[in-house]
Amino acid sequence: MSPAPSTSAAPRATRAPGATVIEIDGVTKLYKMGAETVHALRGVSLNVRRNEYLAIMGPSGSGKSTLMNMLGCLDTPTSGRYFFGGKNVSTMTDDELADIRNREIGFVFQTFNLLPRSTALANVELPLVYAGLGSTARREKAGLTLANVGLGDRMGHKPNELSGGQRQRVAIARALVNNPSILLADEPTGNLDSRTGEEIMQLLEELYAQGNTIIVVTHEEDIARHARRIVRLRDGLIESDVSQA
Amino acid sequence: MNRLLYEFTESVRIAWTQIRANKMRSVLTALGVIIGIVAVTLMGTAIRGIDTGFQNSLAMLGEDVLYIEKWPWGPVEDWWNYNNRPRIRPEYAERINRVIAGTPNSLLQIAVPVLTRGCSVKVGDAKVSGVFTIGTLAEYARLISADYKEGRLFNEAEAGSGRQVVALGHDVAEALFPGRSAVGETVMVNGQPFEVVGVFAKQGEFLGLFSFDNQAVLPLTAFQKYFAGRQDASIRVKVTDKLRLAEAREELTGAMRRVRGQLPGERDNFSVNEQAAFKAQLDPVKQGIAMAGLFITGLSLFVGAIGIMNITFVSVKERTKEIGTRKALGARRRTILLQFLIEAVSICLIGGVVGLLLTYGLVAGVGAVFPSFPIVFSFSLVFVGLAVSVATGIVSGFAPAWGAARLDPVVALRYE
Repeated sequence: MSPAPSTSAAPRATRAPGATVIEIDGVTKLYKMGAETVHALRGVSLNVRRNEYLAIMGPSGSGKSTLMNMLGCLDTPTSGRYFFGGKNVSTMTDDELADIRNREIGFVFQTFNLLPRSTALANVELPLVYAGLGSTARREKAGLTLANVGLGDRMGHKPNELSGGQRQRVAIARALVNNPSILLADEPTGNLDSRTGEEIMQLLEELYAQGNTIIVVTHEEDIARHARRIVRLRDGLIESDVSQA
Repeated sequence: MNRLLYEFTESVRIAWTQIRANKMRSVLTALGVIIGIVAVTLMGTAIRGIDTGFQNSLAMLGEDVLYIEKWPWGPVEDWWNYNNRPRIRPEYAERINRVIAGTPNSLLQIAVPVLTRGCSVKVGDAKVSGVFTIGTLAEYARLISADYKEGRLFNEAEAGSGRQVVALGHDVAEALFPGRSAVGETVMVNGQPFEVVGVFAKQGEFLGLFSFDNQAVLPLTAFQKYFAGRQDASIRVKVTDKLRLAEAREELTGAMRRVRGQLPGERDNFSVNEQAAFKAQLDPVKQGIAMAGLFITGLSLFVGAIGIMNITFVSVKERTKEIGTRKALGARRRTILLQFLIEAVSICLIGGVVGLLLTYGLVAGVGAVFPSFPIVFSFSLVFVGLAVSVATGIVSGFAPAWGAARLDPVVALRYE
């Protein structure tokens, strides 16, 4: 396995953020757990702009997962408003949300969530199937994206023939293949050893340098340190929102 | 539109991967469908075979023959009115023939009297009991479309002179003269000697009730002399055009009323029967058998469908996390629905194809062992069998697939 060319030696560059992609305004989320009502989010407002590298942190129960689901358009708020690229997501139907996720959001999961019986290439092609792309165009695009994450020679391998780091690279390629507006990574290194985890963070760094917008949800300070901006949640509220060089 | 097509092909690919990955499970589930399809299609062939048998039997009665008899074919409620009708005499045939001869452009060709009873036929120690014995005239040959294995029916001269000659059905001749010619031999019909002049070719059974091959046809004069009391005859009348049967029937009724000397306004004191009456009788029975048969075999297909539904529920449960992932990547509800429906339909189709092959083999086997058993495998059956398989897959896969399509992606992703 050869990691992609490293840029860690170079001084950390912060790209100038562009137009606003995500605009969250006073969002709350209530869950009914039996007789109890859980206030997962109590009024969160957050703006994310293009070319930002953002980490969302917080202990378990802080509402960080709920916020991530909300940002990923997997869930809709109980109250408050959420605009994605200027469109009001809060009132969308299931299928409209599915289309937004398909085109605008690339998901990277802690457990990779690759389809076990499909090859790396087929896994990366999947979002393009849902986008309605023909098979030749799909294969070409998926192949290029896999090569971009350093897996050009592993396309025909199934997940169980790949190492953990390679699996997460496939997942990242899958997230990127449809040129989404944001890359949303949930504990991307949580199932990897620290060395492989560091390689994945290097890859994210490169993708950021290439102009992608990245949101990482994590509880590890070491991981969050890679981001240029750290948002900390506690008890369903934003505790701090700090930009760092 | 394209997107739907790609989703479809992707779903087919996934379905095959899943079926191959869970071979044992898929085979067992398909087995339920196989049994159901075999049962239903076998019943279908049997029903079709019975139908063909009915039609063949009815054709034996002759589509262009009307029967004047005392009783109608079919049930009557006021039987006492019929019971008091005067006897149908064999001589009526000749008088009807005179009326026909006197009618220009008659739709009727010829009337022939027929008397019947069961007799035993013996040669030496060999004996056949319950032979359907017919006493008639030489013109009988014009009514029936039978071929002869050897010889012929007796002629007018033989019949008129009261000679004791007989034409035997195929099976009777075969039983009495195994492997050799019967013509010229003498047989004892209820103790009276008759010379065999012909043997009919094999004809088959009528509705499985009696066999045309188990008959003996002999001259009316001899029949009346030895076997007949005052029994009712059946006057068989051949029509010129079977497409104008209704008109012919009208004409025959008029002719018979003249023969009987019935007054206008008097009710007919005889019945004119035709094979259509039989058909009207048999159709409800046939449909009843078909409905009951299909219902019972349909139950086995239903059990197969429950198996499919069950396995689809299991498949959805197992792959909840995958459903969540797919939804996160942009799969719409219909995508997920399609995926699991195609999986269910694929298993059903495999079951259907295997089931049809088995049915084909069974039908061919039964046909080889019992050539007279009326079952026919047809290509419409293939079409119906596959359509039923697909429908089974859709019906039984829908509930679990719909459940999967409606899963909340957040919940599905968290599912372990």
